[in-house]
Amino acid sequence: MSHNSDQPDLRRRDFIGKTVLAAGAASIAPGVMLTMANAGSDEGVSSKVRWGMLIDTNKCADGCSACVAACNQENGIDLIERPAGQSDAMWDAQRPQWVRKVKLKDNLTGEITNLPMMCQHCEHPPCVDVCPTGASFKRADGLVLVDRHTCIGCRYCMMACPYKARSFIHQDVASQRTGTPRGKGCVESCTLCVQRLDAGDQTTACQDACNREGHQAILFGDLKNPDSEIARALKAYHSRQIRADLELNTGVRYTNI
Amino acid sequence: MGSLTGFRRFARMALGGALLLLATGVVGDSAVTEGSKAAGLETCVAPTAEIRRNHMDYLKHDRDATVRKGIRDTRFSLAECVQCHAERDSAGTYKPVNAEGQFCESCHSYVAVNLTCFQCHSKTPEGANGNSSAGVGGGAGELRALGLLPSVDRSLSLSRDELARLHAATHTTSRGN
Repeated sequence: MSHNSDQPDLRRRDFIGKTVLAAGAASIAPGVMLTMANAGSDEGVSSKVRWGMLIDTNKCADGCSACVAACNQENGIDLIERPAGQSDAMWDAQRPQWVRKVKLKDNLTGEITNLPMMCQHCEHPPCVDVCPTGASFKRADGLVLVDRHTCIGCRYCMMACPYKARSFIHQDVASQRTGTPRGKGCVESCTLCVQRLDAGDQTTACQDACNREGHQAILFGDLKNPDSEIARALKAYHSRQIRADLELNTGVRYTNI
Repeated sequence: MGSLTGFRRFARMALGGALLLLATGVVGDSAVTEGSKAAGLETCVAPTAEIRRNHMDYLKHDRDATVRKGIRDTRFSLAECVQCHAERDSAGTYKPVNAEGQFCESCHSYVAVNLTCFQCHSKTPEGANGNSSAGVGGGAGELRALGLLPSVDRSLSLSRDELARLHAATHTTSRGN
């Protein structure tokens, strides 16, 4: 069987190769060989883990937005530049925001509750249900993500999300961070700092920032591990899902709301 | 008659010389830029010919593994491409790999293929201030082969059959995905 026509004739190339090619085991750097040997673990993330978050709204301070700033920095959101001539209102409405501070007021008692709101990483995510291309997906370890390679920017998922958690990138983006690619025409949302998790880290940027501020309102961990701090806290305290009536089984839970 | 033979001999030598020059030209015709980490390395993660032909398929395959399954230790990674091939200027700042004359752009503009990776992906390695460990200067000078294309004086270690088999195998794999 002959080669496909779009493939080079390797025998001919080899003739030139006598002078040109000299790649081979002897000349390959040992480090590169090592990389090749280790690469290609096929398993990937496991469903034995489910990442989740527990947020204590009593500890979430009024006026503090450290989690939002940390998220913006970690995920390169602060690298997005405002398009020339865009009004303040439009910029505020359209700029991506993975985590928002929400302030609730009980009109009867005047009680004020602060909480960070982000993608709730549902077990049954509506965004995944409506996605026409399969770009919205739930990873085995519970993260709800967008595959930008297949996202066509239709924004059905933004309509479907009960938490208003997703953002759309309206303009070209000049610079990105390596771990968080971003470009015009795709939807995105909180990834629970997937680049950190995949690197073996078990904290999120917002959690770290909240701890640094001394509030410790955010607890992040593995919901399926009964010994994890978050699983024990969920067992000990009363927590709620927002819009529990939708029965989405959110991965982000709140106490004291 | 004798002069004709002499002429022929001269013509052959000239032809041979031209071919030799051509071959040398091919050796020097590497897109690897000086001042990038790749310039100090002997080879890419696979033989150069294979990478040149198949890098797009490799990256496309491995991106799904990375995005969907969280496998970050794939053999081929765009972030690694950028890490190795981004050139640093004298001030130590990285130039974008898709900037004019840089590694990715130089070939892609030559073959007139749109390079869309960097509409979303970072064009410079993390640590753009030059605090990463990419080797510049020092060791790069010793290997005049300019990174991926090995120099003429090295012996060919891959046999023709090996190369053909390697190519056929990877080709099938990339089609299979």
